[in-house]
Amino acid sequence: MAKTSLEPRGSIAVRRTFQLPIVDSFLWLVRIAAIVLIVVGAFNSLTSGRLSGQQWRDLVVFGIAQGSVYALIALGYTMVYGILRFINFAHGEVFMIGAMTGFYVSDGLSRTWLWEAQPFVSLLIVLICCMTVSALIAVLLERVAYRPLRGLPRLLPFITAIGASFFLQYTVATLFGTSVKAYPSVDALTGVVTFLGFRILKVQVLVIVAALLMLAGLYLYVEKTKAGRAIRAVAEDPEIAQLMGLSVDRTIVRVFAIGGALAGAAGFLFGLVFQNVHFLSGFLPGIKAFTAAVLGGIGNIPGAVLGGLLLGSVESLGPSLVLVGLGIPSAHQLKDVVAFLALVLVLIFRPTGILGERVSEERA
Amino acid sequence: MALFEIRGLTRDFGGVRAIDGLDLDVDDGEIVSVIGPNGAGKTTLFNLVTGMIPAGQGDIRFGGRSIVGLRPSQILELGIARTFQNVRLFPEMSVRENVMVARHCRTRSGMLKAIFRAPSFRREEQETRQRAEQALAFFGSRLIGWRFDTPARSLSYANRRRLELARAMASDPKLLLLDEPTAGMNPRETQELTELIQGLRDETGVTIILIEHDMRVVKGVSERVVVLDYGQKIAEGAYADVASNDRVIEAYLGRTATTA
Amino acid sequence: MAEPTVAVEVPVAVEGELLAARQVDLWRAVRRGLVGGLTAAFVSANGMVEAFSERAVLGGQTLGSLLLVAVPVLVGYLAGRPPPVLQGFATPRPGWRNVAGGLVAGLLSGVVMAVFVTLIATFDVRRILINVTPGLVREPPRLLTFGLELGAGGLVLILALNAVLGAVAGTLHLLPARWRRAVFAAALWVLAFAMLQPVIVQVLRGIQAELRIWTAPLADFLYEPTGALSVPGAVAVAALAFGIHALLMREGRRPVRARLEPLPERSRRLLRLVVLAGILFLLGLLPQILGPFLSEVLNIAGIFLLMALGLNIVVGLAGLLDLGYVAFFAVGAYTTALLTSPQSSLGVGWIFWAAVPFVVLAAAVSGLAVGTPVLRMRGDYLAIVTLGFGEIARLLFLSDWLKPTFGGAQGIIQVRDITIGPIEIGGPQAFFYAIFCFVLLAAYVTYALQDSRVGRAWMAMREDEAVADAMGVNIVTAKLSAFIAGAMLAGFGGALFASKIGSVFPHSFSVIVSITILVVIIVGGMASVPGVVLASFVLVGLPELLREFAEYRFLIYGALLIFMMQRRPEGFIPSRRRAEELHEEEVGQDAWLRSQATMQQQAGPAGDGRSETS
Repeated sequence: MAKTSLEPRGSIAVRRTFQLPIVDSFLWLVRIAAIVLIVVGAFNSLTSGRLSGQQWRDLVVFGIAQGSVYALIALGYTMVYGILRFINFAHGEVFMIGAMTGFYVSDGLSRTWLWEAQPFVSLLIVLICCMTVSALIAVLLERVAYRPLRGLPRLLPFITAIGASFFLQYTVATLFGTSVKAYPSVDALTGVVTFLGFRILKVQVLVIVAALLMLAGLYLYVEKTKAGRAIRAVAEDPEIAQLMGLSVDRTIVRVFAIGGALAGAAGFLFGLVFQNVHFLSGFLPGIKAFTAAVLGGIGNIPGAVLGGLLLGSVESLGPSLVLVGLGIPSAHQLKDVVAFLALVLVLIFRPTGILGERVSEERA
Repeated sequence: MALFEIRGLTRDFGGVRAIDGLDLDVDDGEIVSVIGPNGAGKTTLFNLVTGMIPAGQGDIRFGGRSIVGLRPSQILELGIARTFQNVRLFPEMSVRENVMVARHCRTRSGMLKAIFRAPSFRREEQETRQRAEQALAFFGSRLIGWRFDTPARSLSYANRRRLELARAMASDPKLLLLDEPTAGMNPRETQELTELIQGLRDETGVTIILIEHDMRVVKGVSERVVVLDYGQKIAEGAYADVASNDRVIEAYLGRTATTA
Repeated sequence: MAEPTVAVEVPVAVEGELLAARQVDLWRAVRRGLVGGLTAAFVSANGMVEAFSERAVLGGQTLGSLLLVAVPVLVGYLAGRPPPVLQGFATPRPGWRNVAGGLVAGLLSGVVMAVFVTLIATFDVRRILINVTPGLVREPPRLLTFGLELGAGGLVLILALNAVLGAVAGTLHLLPARWRRAVFAAALWVLAFAMLQPVIVQVLRGIQAELRIWTAPLADFLYEPTGALSVPGAVAVAALAFGIHALLMREGRRPVRARLEPLPERSRRLLRLVVLAGILFLLGLLPQILGPFLSEVLNIAGIFLLMALGLNIVVGLAGLLDLGYVAFFAVGAYTTALLTSPQSSLGVGWIFWAAVPFVVLAAAVSGLAVGTPVLRMRGDYLAIVTLGFGEIARLLFLSDWLKPTFGGAQGIIQVRDITIGPIEIGGPQAFFYAIFCFVLLAAYVTYALQDSRVGRAWMAMREDEAVADAMGVNIVTAKLSAFIAGAMLAGFGGALFASKIGSVFPHSFSVIVSITILVVIIVGGMASVPGVVLASFVLVGLPELLREFAEYRFLIYGALLIFMMQRRPEGFIPSRRRAEELHEEEVGQDAWLRSQATMQQQAGPAGDGRSETS
């Protein structure tokens, strides 16, 4: 939906951009350097033949699987930002709590007969538990920490979110311990599937399929249902929506719940793929998912998905594709650096993202 | 040549023409009121003049030179100061500090001088402080004494407007743009401020353009009134003439009223 | 416009009014009680109660039991508070209602705890909640039931104790405000004396050792060998605090500052200098009095304080939320290590002071590098980008790729101590002076900048960037100079840190350091030097001093951040809200003007259309 802006609301509308040629040329230098480095590195890597075609394809698959997880988390960021113009810094912890829940439930289930007999039913049960718990935590966060600060300058709820993030991390650490929790193995998920020449782990299939299903469900919800329309309306203009009789509070709670549920699902899938979770597992994926959300265009649901897949692929392929080509040793160690670089570069050079921002009207 | 001239100023926002071919002259030492219904473009005019919105077409000349395209701070340096419709103070800073910021464009000391407390720094600080206190003293006993150090957010609404005015004055402007200086004040405060604006011009010779909705103020203080509607000047002259102008009445009340 | 008078509909039935008030009380008390109970359960489940029970604080009681007791007292007090009074209603007189509110809250808190205790006694949840140890309920010392077995009165005790404590806390509202505050003061002092026992004992003994003043027996009077306050000691402290507070807060007593007003300027300046000199002298003696362990605690707090003062400039004065601040700390530390350690990749082994100019340079360059890309960013994005920079820095310092320079995960060791001529500053007590000097410098710089054109430019930019820009503040230089100033102070912190520890490892430079410093300045009050000093000693020093806090410090930091933001100091109400209010007023004025003009039109013949108002 295009935004028509007539007379800018409020007084001083346009912030004059700071015209300092030095700053601008510095930024241009960075842009050019980045592009050159990427191209040179990629060229070197691809022509050197260090990795076989199959290995490249494996990396691509891994990137897509990882990206699906990021996409699910990114949706929570993007939806909340679209409605409240606020970065829910604690969303990564909601994801982590989902992953931890997944561990405890699957650990418990694996001791019963159900695990072996009906693996997919068991996984479904675990999934539902994760989504429920994460949704509850997200709603609790909104109710306790964020709602009292609604409407205040953006930095205050942001700092609250930072506090909430650490509080949740260390709550989990002190209640459940700091040790790494290992997911039980699922026999049905071991093994590989080949599809169009790509070698995909069965676990990865599950991740990608599950993510796709949830995205389809979300799309249907937002586009076709009344509640989904309400969300879009409040995201567009909360004041008018309220005047039309929509309950802004309830819509916001729904958004948090949905975002939380998706993050919980992502946590479960993350646990299945990486098998190890602990109380700090949410920090990096949280930041990466935020990057993905901005990359695709914050507030933009398809953008979050695109951003997630893109970021997952960049993180997976980046070290091998670019860094190795530039002659950097132990490039795989730097995959987080690649992700953070992506974050920094996106926010500096294209904060509106690929598909464009979609946020509520900035009130005067 | 007038102190301040606008020629054919035009500005569009998206599909809307906010200012349409405006011409305006203001002489040195005049007090001119700009009135018009809501959305007529009055505040937009101020934003254009002070450079906070990039100008569209047309020219704005101050003291003979064109100020189109200059940055707001440069325009302040040249001598045009403004207040805001919605009182944009610095809430956490003290009353005195709020006014001292206005002297920023007229002073120079940097970080090193501040740390080492160089004599030139101290002198400048003293001057800035005194000038600020002077500007505040103009409002009687309200904003002086212990009030100097109170944060701006603790002030009453009327005092905040006064503080904004003091801040605008402290930069030693030649032209003062006041955007609804009496909005939200009770009759007594309005009367006081009206007299103050007059006194300001009489004592310092500053030229004043003010946007107002309160006709008592307009009548009480303006030598000339300019009426805008949909970005166009539809009348200009003494208050009495303008107030009885058909087009003006129509603008305020809508077309049907004049047929009554 | 005259001030509008609000017409309040006063309900006719008096009984209805009373009923409504009580219902509000009750619901609030219930909510408070439930929250309290959940907090107590949480604090038990995560092991805090058990960890705190290691420390004896008063007679035989431990910090753990104090924690459990504090919950019903706190909720009882909050629940017993008189409800907010609307215009037109009489303020309810303090009476049984306050006590009842406290009782209800306490009781509910007790109920929740009783349920929790029963659950963990019945089910073995230890596999999931690892800190729910048998010692809480099942086996002695049965911390949650204060020694009693569950069946033999344990549950009853929990309910009764919570209810009683809640009621007692409610009765505090029956006291006049002055006495109530004196009670709080007394409680606070007793708590402080109990928790700071290691410091106070050491100070008293140290004063005796260094200054030959007969203070050591005081320590023996105040404290028992277990480290707890003795009962007579506690009573003495409470009485003293109560007395002093009640005396100081007498009605009509003018504050100290007002008393000094009539003195001539020169005498005041002299007085200020004398006080300052006295404080400096005492602080100079401090390391000797405190001994090595406590000096070390002060040193760690001091380094954080130095960095907090730096971040205070960036966040507090200039309003730039830099979450990657630890990167500057790392730059300072690594620069010092590279230049002073004979084992580093540079291997030049210079003295500390030779490295300092390079630390300044490196910090300034980093500040510039971080500040330039973020110049046009809005606040929250700026925070995240700086966070990204901080993490990139840490990961690069850790990487194998840059291992030849920075040592990778093994870092750089054998960093030299600070030397002043032939004297080597090795031990914590000597180091205290070094840190102290730097902190003084940082404090001076903060005050100097705050009260200057630069400081005002920063604050104006923080409050309203567009208007500051319009007033001539060069936003670019302002932002960059803030980053550089902050970076330099953090760089000094890093340099001192490297010399003190003698080595640098990348894991010391994680984002949690940035967050810790952020919590310090937020709790201390942004742009307030004394607040930041106090906050760093409490938030950083205390966990170093009392190890049981160390494990839970980040939990507490997170809770503090949330709490501080909820309190919403007035100043955070933006001009935006004012704008909305004004907008409404303007619309109202226009409508009124029109209605007046219409009336004129309709009333008078050949009306001149003047919107005259009376």
